[in-house]
Amino acid sequence: MRTSECDIVIVGVGGQGVILISDVIGRAGVMAAKPMRGAETHGMAQRGGSVINHTRIGCRYSPMVASGGADVLLALEPAEALRFAHFLSPEGVALVNTGPVLPVTVTTGKFAYPSWEEILAPLSGLCREVKSMDATRLARQAGTAQAMNVVMLGALCRYIPLPEDLLQAALSEVVPGRYLEANKKAFSLGKAEVE
Amino acid sequence: MREYLLGNAAIARGLLEAGVGLVAGYPGTPSSEIIETLVDLKGDLPLHLEWSVNEKVALEVAAGASWTGARAAATMKHVGLNVAADPFMTLAYLGVGAGLVVISADDPYCHSSQNEQDSRRYAQFASIPCLDPADPQEAKDMAAYGFELSEKFNIPVMLRPTTRVSHARADVEYQYAKCLQGQKQFVKNPARRVALPVHARPLHTELLEKQAKMEAELEKAPWNKLQLRGSTGIIASGIAGIYAEEAIRDLDEDVSLLRLGCYPMPHRLIVRMLEHVSRVMVLEELEPVVEEQVERVARKVNPTVEILGKEGSIPREGELDFLMVRNAIARMQGLAERAPRSSFAEKILPPRPPALCPGCSHRATYYAMRRVFGKKAIYPSDIGCYTMAVGMGTVDTCLCMGGSITLASGIRFAGETEGICASLGDSTFLHSGLTGLMNAAYNKARITVTILDNSTTAMTGHQPHPGTGVTATGELTVQVSLEALARALGAGFVETADPYDMEATMDCFQRAKEFDGLSVVIARQPCVIRARRSGGKRKVFSIGADCGGCRVCLEFGCPAIEFSGDAARINNLCTGCGVCAKI
Repeated sequence: MRTSECDIVIVGVGGQGVILISDVIGRAGVMAAKPMRGAETHGMAQRGGSVINHTRIGCRYSPMVASGGADVLLALEPAEALRFAHFLSPEGVALVNTGPVLPVTVTTGKFAYPSWEEILAPLSGLCREVKSMDATRLARQAGTAQAMNVVMLGALCRYIPLPEDLLQAALSEVVPGRYLEANKKAFSLGKAEVE
Repeated sequence: MREYLLGNAAIARGLLEAGVGLVAGYPGTPSSEIIETLVDLKGDLPLHLEWSVNEKVALEVAAGASWTGARAAATMKHVGLNVAADPFMTLAYLGVGAGLVVISADDPYCHSSQNEQDSRRYAQFASIPCLDPADPQEAKDMAAYGFELSEKFNIPVMLRPTTRVSHARADVEYQYAKCLQGQKQFVKNPARRVALPVHARPLHTELLEKQAKMEAELEKAPWNKLQLRGSTGIIASGIAGIYAEEAIRDLDEDVSLLRLGCYPMPHRLIVRMLEHVSRVMVLEELEPVVEEQVERVARKVNPTVEILGKEGSIPREGELDFLMVRNAIARMQGLAERAPRSSFAEKILPPRPPALCPGCSHRATYYAMRRVFGKKAIYPSDIGCYTMAVGMGTVDTCLCMGGSITLASGIRFAGETEGICASLGDSTFLHSGLTGLMNAAYNKARITVTILDNSTTAMTGHQPHPGTGVTATGELTVQVSLEALARALGAGFVETADPYDMEATMDCFQRAKEFDGLSVVIARQPCVIRARRSGGKRKVFSIGADCGGCRVCLEFGCPAIEFSGDAARINNLCTGCGVCAKI
């Protein structure tokens, strides 16, 4: 028996803006009068490490999504998509930004960074659909590379049971006024990318 | 009001609802956002907020406020309660004035901690009530209720959120902040405020007599919920109760459930469960606190009941989650388990451990330290971002806050003849390095102590401390000089170096190493994250076409240096510190 309406796992690297995405979804969910749950990574792991954020729409239970339970995996970084792919449900969708952030273990030559094909193959086998996009490029197009996370939020908006106008309203609450235009543009570009 | 709140923000809301007059704490994951949220919400409220020098100080300040009639709270992470244990244990005897809530945030799985001790044991040890929230809403409600309970029984109350409550988010219903009027005055009462043996003995008796009354009161609390259904049952505390509810719904099983949120535990509810079922599973994270009680009660009321818990499938370490709980219940019910999925990703993915930031001055300091003291030297270290430099060879120990200097002293006194260079951050030094440094001077330890001074408490989110000259609420205040402190505590050699100036830092370490006594090096450079936020920009460094590909710079381990083909290059993470050019 389902215990939530929609389970989302958002992953990336510390500093990419994972928390902002879940904050927007959470606020929009409250505006829609849905019970919302989520879990965040704070503290030590934030320093350039892998970060994972769970967001559950229409849920009154655990703050974390179960392994094999995510309806959507939203990955701001390709290697992190695969690292957390076990959260995906076989019926789930993975939305992946293809721009890599190299970990220190790669820059110092100790490990190799896998190619997109090496990431895509196992990822595709774990879910119904993988949608990839160069969100960093789209964000630059919108006016600021910092808005990469909002491009991904725009893409996510097609896959979650929350009205777009509430997501936009929540976005306006959390983004500083002077960056709002660029972020709204980033949102539209991300949304258009998955149409 | 309903808002999507972080658990710690919800706790802050609960404190405000109760009209709290003072909150003191020391930063520590997962507790730090409670005071940070209060700083944002304070406005004109008559509320004293402070980052205290350490947790013992925070609890004592809060106790003083409570005794003077202001509702007060102290916030800390679980290991911080060890530091505050001295006042904590005796406050249980002496009691409170206005309500006093001690918030100790546990970290099962050690997400960001050196151990995963269970604060419920501390509450039990001190004989004080403990409120164990399952989610942000309960955390908010319990934070507010804690004061009432504290005042009713004249006893401090512990609120014990865990990482998955403090750093969870949920829609939370809360009320506006309350402002409690009334005279704030310390009332003299030696029999209740002076812990002389003659006072402590009757107070201990009184404390023990309170237990049954507190239990009776907490039995009615809304966070203990009993649902009698099938003949197998689950007793679950805190967040495990939420996992159990979700699992029962997922499995669609007819299982009885007792959710617990308060200690001392509701004896009669446990009796009713044990009389109803033939088999019961106890679900709780970490220690078998509930399980031990259930076993004791079962001996009297239902000796044949089968009790499942830590002995069987519920681990005593790490954190639980929905799937673990679901599968434990499935096993109990003879149903199929659901295997976690695997991506087999670990075969091709590079690890991404947390690391020192590009341009972090700790990396430069450690590099210089190691060049001067050498491979054979002993490097006791401490708790902070710099512990992540364990791969650089300059972090040989990490035990507890401030433990670097004292461990270094013991290592020397035991007869170690190699060089010994301890290191700890500025906030950690002020937290509990001071006593160790004074001890090292007094007892003539020939060691070097390096204070990695980035002028903030970086790891927990950049909280100010007495060395920064700013209070928790952003007011300017006295700026304590680390140099003057180190000299006053008896160090014979105290020098300050800029770690971005590699040559000068190495010279400084050389003099410290040669000094015949206790030497202190203060390596000072602001945290790069803070520097970036305050708008300070340096020119990004670059490597010329003449790179010979010797890979020496890679050993420095800066994320801004990449190696591709046969040459190194600097990526856009570079902060322009320029240290890599000098190694």
